[in-house]
Amino acid sequence: MLKAYYHLLVRDLRLALRNRHELANPLIFFVLVVTLFPLAVTPTSEALRAMAPGVIWVSALLAVLLSLDRLFKQDYDDGSLDQLMLSPNPLMILVLAKVSAHWLLTGLPLVIIAPLLGLFMSLPSEAVTVLIYSLLLGTPVLSLVGAIGVSLTVAVNRGGVLLSLIILPLYIPILIFGANAVDVASDGLPVTGQLLFLGAVLALALSLAPLATSVALRITAAR
Amino acid sequence: MWKWIQRFSSPKYFYSMSAPLITWFSIAALLTGLYGLYLGLFVAPPDYQQGESYRIIFIHVPAAWMSLFIYMVMAVSAAIGIIWQIRLADMVAAASAPIGASFAFLALVTGALWGKPMWGAYWVWDARLTSELILLFLYLGYMALQSAIEDQRSADKASGLLAIVGVVNIPIIHYSVEWWNTLHQGATVAKFDKPSMHIDMLIPLLLMAVAFKLLYAALVLVRARNEALYRDRNRRWVRELIEKL
Amino acid sequence: MNWSEFFHMGGYAFFVWTSYGVTLIVIVANIVAPVMQRKKIIARIKRAIKREQIELANSQQMANSGKTE
Repeated sequence: MLKAYYHLLVRDLRLALRNRHELANPLIFFVLVVTLFPLAVTPTSEALRAMAPGVIWVSALLAVLLSLDRLFKQDYDDGSLDQLMLSPNPLMILVLAKVSAHWLLTGLPLVIIAPLLGLFMSLPSEAVTVLIYSLLLGTPVLSLVGAIGVSLTVAVNRGGVLLSLIILPLYIPILIFGANAVDVASDGLPVTGQLLFLGAVLALALSLAPLATSVALRITAAR
Repeated sequence: MWKWIQRFSSPKYFYSMSAPLITWFSIAALLTGLYGLYLGLFVAPPDYQQGESYRIIFIHVPAAWMSLFIYMVMAVSAAIGIIWQIRLADMVAAASAPIGASFAFLALVTGALWGKPMWGAYWVWDARLTSELILLFLYLGYMALQSAIEDQRSADKASGLLAIVGVVNIPIIHYSVEWWNTLHQGATVAKFDKPSMHIDMLIPLLLMAVAFKLLYAALVLVRARNEALYRDRNRRWVRELIEKL
Repeated sequence: MNWSEFFHMGGYAFFVWTSYGVTLIVIVANIVAPVMQRKKIIARIKRAIKREQIELANSQQMANSGKTE
């Protein structure tokens, strides 16, 4: 079982590394969207600091949302998804492997680039640390919950807008707590509560989302 | 027992049994609603703080309750449809969504109309209104998914799963919105907490809630009958029924 | 209490009556929509039945004409 997890994870990573430019797209998108805000609103550092947590978190949300497509789309198109479902390994484990690969390829890069954006938005350094922690806890949930949505819409033609319609409401708690943790941290207050909440949601998503995703994949495949 | 459920949940049986129920539910809804309106608009005294404007409560609160209640019904019947493969449950879930969305919409509109005199603005980011808005989005997502998938059975199952995921999420969303709201309390104008309600106001409120439930019962049956007709359009019972019309 | 006072709603007439009006509209729409939908579905099934009957008749005719030749 662990072996299957490992092999699928490595396979997905290897496939993704073959076309690297596609890999960078969500990241560029993330930076680009955040850059738009100082241009649209105001470049004064106080205003930027006030809106930074929200702007960065919303952009991260959208970047993950746009990248969700590649979680199952390619495998669905070339039929390897059906192969996966026929394998004797529990589908939940395989789903978990795919989601892990997705997070390593999109969520983790977002976390790594976030300090730069914190700099752009003139966040104090304590807030940048919290931003990293909150993204570290939050982005896996985005991948996990997003997987449910993609597996429901992967067979739908032009499912992009539909995917955002069904997934974004489910992302709201993460957005609230993630952005608030950064906000509070930039005022120099403790944020343990918010981070604990994010951790709790991560644990919940980790235990339930793969189950829901595998049910959804079976529904999609039965068509 | 299983046979019994199978028999009673067959669309054909449902179709023939539901017709009188619709009549009874509609009549009961109309009577309770009219009596509730009479008590609410004529008998209940004006509120000592809000004057007459509080009378919006008699539709706002029941509509908000209904929107949540219908989502629960939808998710439970979707779960029954997925687990036990009972087609009637899928039909009830699909039929509930537009009604639930209407109630969520009503709760939002009446909430805004109540908010204007109370808060001075049609929309403030109050915890309950925000939760209600997200609930409306959940309904719209369900309906969009339901209509995007062509194959009826997988549309039911896929959107049903989404409804179940939504139900797991609703408490989390509700809690986080509530928490978010207490943080930004400065932005919202003083939340008026209701002291124990006067009995003359409580009774019409409950009557209206019952009326809305009965209305939902009638409406969901009408819609589920449509679903039954449409989904079984190539089966013999529908053909015989239509030829008799 | 007289009627004009009742409709005045202590100065909140617009908010109260708009709320009740919107509610009425939404409820009526919720009653009308499924009834219309039902009519559409029945018409559609009737058309399908008619089409099938015509097709059946045509194929029988074809079969008959084939036999006589």
